[in-house]
Amino acid sequence: MLARVVEKWLPRIVVMPLFAVSLFFVYGFIAWTTWISFTRSGVMPDYGFDGLAQYERLWSTPRWYVALGNLAVFSILFIGLCIVVGILLAILLDQRIRIEGAIRTVYLYPMALSFIVTGTAWKWILNPGLGLEHLAHQWGWTDFHFGWLVDPRMAIYTVVIAGVWQSSGYVMALFLAGLRSVDDEVLRAAAIDGAGPIRTYTSIVLPMIRPVFFSAIIVLAHLAIKSYDLVVALTGGGPGYATDVPATFMYSFAFQRSELGTAAASAVMMLVTVLAIIVPYLWSELREAGR
Amino acid sequence: MTTSANAGIVRRKGPGARVGRIVLFTILGLFCVYYLMPLWVVVVTSLKSLDEIRAGSLLGLPQAPSFAAWGRAWSSACVGVRCDGLAPYVWNSFAMVIPAVALSTFLGAIAGYALTKWRFPGADTIFALMLFGAFIPFQVVLLPMARVLGILDLAGSVVGLVLVHTVYGLAFTTLFFRNFFVGVSNGIVDAAKIDGAGFFSIFFRLMLPMAPPVIVVTVIWQFTQIWNDFLFGVAFTVGDSNPVTVALNNLVATSTGVKEYNVDMAAAVIAALPTLLVYVVAGKYFVRGLAAGAVKG
Repeated sequence: MLARVVEKWLPRIVVMPLFAVSLFFVYGFIAWTTWISFTRSGVMPDYGFDGLAQYERLWSTPRWYVALGNLAVFSILFIGLCIVVGILLAILLDQRIRIEGAIRTVYLYPMALSFIVTGTAWKWILNPGLGLEHLAHQWGWTDFHFGWLVDPRMAIYTVVIAGVWQSSGYVMALFLAGLRSVDDEVLRAAAIDGAGPIRTYTSIVLPMIRPVFFSAIIVLAHLAIKSYDLVVALTGGGPGYATDVPATFMYSFAFQRSELGTAAASAVMMLVTVLAIIVPYLWSELREAGR
Repeated sequence: MTTSANAGIVRRKGPGARVGRIVLFTILGLFCVYYLMPLWVVVVTSLKSLDEIRAGSLLGLPQAPSFAAWGRAWSSACVGVRCDGLAPYVWNSFAMVIPAVALSTFLGAIAGYALTKWRFPGADTIFALMLFGAFIPFQVVLLPMARVLGILDLAGSVVGLVLVHTVYGLAFTTLFFRNFFVGVSNGIVDAAKIDGAGFFSIFFRLMLPMAPPVIVVTVIWQFTQIWNDFLFGVAFTVGDSNPVTVALNNLVATSTGVKEYNVDMAAAVIAALPTLLVYVVAGKYFVRGLAAGAVKG
């Protein structure tokens, strides 16, 4: 009898602590950070409620606006370029290429690398003295100048260059899977109706795989908001704080300047942004799965 | 429908199609060059001397290839004030990644199994809540995690990092195993229950033997994620316990004396080698993990 009872409850006894711990580490911690963002915490946490003071401080810090501006520029270009390159490559690879497997392997390998490695590599390639600039000079283009990495106005674009290099192959893979799901009959019917290849794609195939655009944008937006390592490796947030993004802003306020309250407020702002993007997406995915 | 295995657009014949194929392969080839160029530059630079780097071409083959920079990157380059190369940090990364991958995969397997084969009220809610945990920007857990690690006396240690990666990897590993076990027929599990098999004996004798495909995908996914992590490494470890990504960043940023670009590049290759090897050997499974990670969560 006792054995029966134990047997019945064992699964719950085993998994409940597991779930409790993992939920605590996510939701408990979110609650803690949110609470800290409403306090006067500086170097040490201070649990007394202080209203919206930290948010007021955050939103009157010029550096926060630089971070937001950079995130906007980076996200738009990163998402846009990755999608354009991804679709182009997916369509080209979908033309019955015999060595498709090998080409796909080449396009996707950057995804296996750390952003730190990618950043280190591109930092060298874009090195103002010895990188591409040097190469262009040797090829005879002597007034070519490429100093984006050290130019406060242009440095954020170097992050875009490296980010697109790393992630566009992945977007290609997403779209290729989408294209493969389109029925051949549709393509044949389009051909019979006299639609050329470009028209077939722009007005028939691409609209059919709309959900892939949706997934790709969500995944890329999520990557963009979380992007931290690439900025650190490539520009270190500099020159000055010219390439700060919210992730580097938060880290610097939390661990270098020890302004816990403001750091927490910026982390909460990041969470809210991600929520606004992810929740509707997850909601529709889970509903679909439940159907 | 004999040709339905061939996807893609309907091809036309004639000279126009030939030109089209040439254009197609040219563009595909140029993109191959684009993706491979940084790898090429990094590898050739790591094999050159500093003089040749200054005088020679960015893309050119090394005149006298030498692994001297690799040796320095491995055992004598300065990372901050310590000049023992990347080697100690590579071992840190292995000491972190092996237990973290094993633990998160094993626990994810149990969680995925419990969520699908021993369904209890609230299982779907718990799963949805866990799934969401995979998406939060980790900045929101950095401060409390640092305090918890401090309280547990694990601050700045590799063990602490194993804990962090296990906890935050669990969302993905549970997702992988849940999606796999959901496809396993309930009939055989019910039959085993009637025969008196319990929670763990069904898991170890029935479920795990079926699961190698998903185990491979999960292990590769976790290995790549954890090896490549930088944020947790930089936030929760100090100096001697840094994983290799943090050490690489510090090595490149260390500015004592002449900047040795060849050593930087060799260090980048060393840090990238484990995940690149996994990709080359088991790319198929890696891509499967990527697809599962994106499309379903």
